[in-house]
Amino acid sequence: MSLQRFVLKRGLITIPLLLGISMLTFGMVHAIPGDPIDFITLFTELDPQTEMEIRAEYGLNQPVYIQYIDWVTDAATGDFGRSIITRDPVASEIVERLPYTLVMGIMAFGVTLITAIPTGVIAAYYRNTKIDQASRVFALLGIAIPNFLLGLLLLLIFASWLDLFPILPPTDRGIISYDMLVYTLLPAITIGTGSTALLMRLMRSSMVEELDKDYVRTARAKGLPERTVVQKHVLRNSLISVVTVAAIQVAFIISGSVVVEIVFSYPGIGRLLVNRVGNRDFPVTQAIVLLIGVAVILANFVADVLYAYLDPRIRY
Amino acid sequence: MAMLEVQDLNVRFYTDDGVVKATDDLSYRIEAGERFGVVGESGAGKSVTSLALMRLIDEPGVIESGEIRFKGENILEMDEEEMRSLRGNEIAMIFQDAGTALNPSYTVGEQISEAIRYHLGLDEAAARERAIETLESVGIPSAAERYSDYPHEFSGGMQQRVVIAIALSCDPDLIIADEPTTALDVTIEAQILELLEDVATEFDTAIQLITHDLGVVAEFCDRVMVMYAGHPVEMAPVEDVYYDPQHPYTVGLMSSIPRIGDDRDRLQTIPGRMPDLIEMPPGCNFHPRCPYAEESCTRVEPRLVDVETGDPADPINSDAQTAACLAHTGELTGELDYEVTVQGEDAPTESGPASGTSTGANDR
Repeated sequence: MSLQRFVLKRGLITIPLLLGISMLTFGMVHAIPGDPIDFITLFTELDPQTEMEIRAEYGLNQPVYIQYIDWVTDAATGDFGRSIITRDPVASEIVERLPYTLVMGIMAFGVTLITAIPTGVIAAYYRNTKIDQASRVFALLGIAIPNFLLGLLLLLIFASWLDLFPILPPTDRGIISYDMLVYTLLPAITIGTGSTALLMRLMRSSMVEELDKDYVRTARAKGLPERTVVQKHVLRNSLISVVTVAAIQVAFIISGSVVVEIVFSYPGIGRLLVNRVGNRDFPVTQAIVLLIGVAVILANFVADVLYAYLDPRIRY
Repeated sequence: MAMLEVQDLNVRFYTDDGVVKATDDLSYRIEAGERFGVVGESGAGKSVTSLALMRLIDEPGVIESGEIRFKGENILEMDEEEMRSLRGNEIAMIFQDAGTALNPSYTVGEQISEAIRYHLGLDEAAARERAIETLESVGIPSAAERYSDYPHEFSGGMQQRVVIAIALSCDPDLIIADEPTTALDVTIEAQILELLEDVATEFDTAIQLITHDLGVVAEFCDRVMVMYAGHPVEMAPVEDVYYDPQHPYTVGLMSSIPRIGDDRDRLQTIPGRMPDLIEMPPGCNFHPRCPYAEESCTRVEPRLVDVETGDPADPINSDAQTAACLAHTGELTGELDYEVTVQGEDAPTESGPASGTSTGANDR
């Protein structure tokens, strides 16, 4: 089976997945205790007439499955309703903050890949030397330290003591500005550290395993330079097992952004989500949770395609 | 000067348990176009010998001393760059298990043509063409289409043909085949050996064939070296070894081949096991398993000698039958008391034995 057909087939599987995710999201948000009406009216007593009107406005008087169908059909066109707190369209609230989180997430993922893969390769090639030991210590620390603590430490060292970064993000410049991009490095490193540590060790062990395989000896016996043997033959096969885990890291980076955005007062959708969950702003909460779900599905889709590209044996 | 001369090669493995003498003062030669067999049990040092020729021995193994002269140049003194230009180009290797020797994530064509591009400096298209020709020469049908198939799309026998194609791709002068048929079933084994024979003749390539299968050696080789515990115990033209084995170990190996029409109930074996390479028995390494061993065998280490004259062997310059047993230097009081019977209608001739017709019967 060709790669194109594999991509198509794998793409079709995402459709039921997306439906499932939307149902789960909707169901969970509606299972949260507390009546949204109370938050809309700020817990004031209402006469039944007004309450009915408000419920009708948000569709809360309909049976749950009707509410779900309405929500999904609207969501498919990009309409997520209005926030019950700000009364603004949910879509515009998200669009305003999404670029911040996207840039931070991409940066975090980039930092992870750029550091984890080469250091993993080096640690594997020089296994059981000082270099390998050092990477092991770093990996242990990186996995052990909680996000919020690392974030605070980075702020303390680089923003407070060394004065290289401002304490608060320079949001007035917008995301596409030098200052903001530089500042975003801090939360990006904070989120990426755990994943870096994990991927680095995974890369190392995968590489060590591949280095011992017979085809490496074949490649050397062909007289290829050691660099070609490692970069062409060993790396590609080692990446196969790393790619899947790297895709799962996307989910960790997204969930990590929720905490880290609060630590750094970062104006992304993670902080928005935490705010609105507290206020039972169900249209915003639903939309963000759905968005996160879609992002994870997409990441897995990309991982599977990459996997098939790297390993020809799995295109069945 | 022979094409390949190995002289006093010592390969050691420094393990936590002690030093393993994988080969001990090993000397032999291979002439251009010759087929040289290396026979022995697992752990006799056969594979280490071949990896040493490629300088591909992994840690903790080291080539401690000796010389490996290829076309007169000592490859142990070459720098890595020179060595690489030899590997895959003038000396190529065929590995035992083709299923794992090929990289699963590149097409077989790429795996052949990358060496061609590297050594012969051909461009993509020319290398592809040459790779397809090589695939054809090893008997892969519709080679042009199969060029872009992956190893898992080939059967075991076809994979081994691909591995042979890789070895042949740059037209080497010496191919080291390390048990090339062990992982294959018998019918495929015959095909692969035939193929090796054909290409060796066609390209006039010398082959060092490593095997534990004496039948394969009889069919394929001109000369043979029998190895035991890192030492050559017998080295001779193949017909001499088959019709007139001169070392008890060779005799033991021969008589352990089961034959059709044999009425023995049990398979003949050589009693005991190969010695621990870290703590070798004193004297002759084989004496604990040897039915003819005497007291002197536990003291005196036999050297490889000419079995006719008893003079020290000269494996680099001479073709004489040599064996490392005290019986040939007169230090044994008894004699190697066995008799060789030849079965079948073919009598031994100068041109070589008909395959599988000789029996070394051990009359203990």
